[in-house]
Amino acid sequence: MAAELHVALVAADREVWSGEATLVVARTTSGDIGVMPGHQPLLGVLESGPVTIRTSEGGTVVAAVHGGFISFADNKLSLLAEIAELSDEIDVQRVERELERAKAEGDAAAERRADVRLRAAASR
Amino acid sequence: MGAQLRVYKRRIRSVTATKKITKAMEMIAASRVVKAQRKVAASTPYATELTRAVTAVGTGSNTKHPLTTQAETVVRSAVLLLTSDRGLAGAFNSNAIKAAEQLTARLEAEGKQVDTYIVGRRGLAHYNFRERKVAESWSGFTDEPSYADAKKVAGPLIEAIEKDTAEGGVDELHIVFTEFVSMMTQTALDDRLLPLSLDEVAKESAPKGEILPLYDFEPSAEDVLDALLPRYVESRVYNALLQSAASKHAATRRAMKSATDNAGELIETLSRLANAARQAEITQEISEIVGGSAALADATAGSDR
Repeated sequence: MAAELHVALVAADREVWSGEATLVVARTTSGDIGVMPGHQPLLGVLESGPVTIRTSEGGTVVAAVHGGFISFADNKLSLLAEIAELSDEIDVQRVERELERAKAEGDAAAERRADVRLRAAASR
Repeated sequence: MGAQLRVYKRRIRSVTATKKITKAMEMIAASRVVKAQRKVAASTPYATELTRAVTAVGTGSNTKHPLTTQAETVVRSAVLLLTSDRGLAGAFNSNAIKAAEQLTARLEAEGKQVDTYIVGRRGLAHYNFRERKVAESWSGFTDEPSYADAKKVAGPLIEAIEKDTAEGGVDELHIVFTEFVSMMTQTALDDRLLPLSLDEVAKESAPKGEILPLYDFEPSAEDVLDALLPRYVESRVYNALLQSAASKHAATRRAMKSATDNAGELIETLSRLANAARQAEITQEISEIVGGSAALADATAGSDR
């Protein structure tokens, strides 16, 4: 059996995804970070970006995460995000409309959020 | 129909209509309590993980942060009071307001200035009516608060605490909300949110003397704490908002239940009175008829003679 780590992806108002995984890649403020089982305890600040979880069944879960933390200890990884959406929950058309609106209004943060969502949705 | 009877009938009709309304409100509130409780439960994983992370940074590093260090002399404190937008919830709002007033009095006795922040129209109306100063207020989401609402509330508070006291910032942040203990019990309580005492947080998150691992901080302990603490405040405010909403619905349910019961009692009394009035009317009619026919019989008997 391959080594596994337990992942919990938690948004402020719900638990988005939890399960066993072999690799988690997330974007922190100082760059992308990959966590595999047995990683040293870690606590980092996440940036708005996609999170990729390779599950132990061989599948891949992609989620768009906006603002939050990654914490890893005892082979348990928690991804805390204010807003987190799995790639298959994302409504592409709605996000595209949001992106256009954000561009029109010059709202850089909203534009970035929409962009992250679109990229997460594209990778499903 | 006699006048008396008609009045009773009319009152019964109006009370029955009121009873229907209160019954409906009771049922709506009951279903909302369940929904609100579910939301409280759904927000728990985030809150626990966040608390764990805060404890990890707080105990795992010697970082000093304005949000965790106690000011030497507290000049000004902020009190955040959570009430509801709508009434019809028994003593829910007055209990919360009373708790806030007690806290304010206590803080003022300690020589601190108090800035009041209010969520919910009821609390705001109470303060405005008494012409007391309110630093900031929010309303319109107390029935079903979202995380974005909590962020909106927490934002100015965090800003105020980060500002220097001389420039109008605050040194302490207290929150007054109604804790949802159970369907039957909700208690208004006050809690000091900031400055955070990490020992207490640690006690809450690791009650079994669990030793926290030595974390590697990315990018640095200070930056992590900087980012964590506002989130921690937001999540605490969010939790308080959700509990307050659940408590409000439970209080409404209870208030509406007793209103429905009272209406039922009133209907019973009124229909007894209406029945008595009807009986009295019938008795009177019979005695009038008997009296009339007796008089007639007497008159005809007299003419025969």
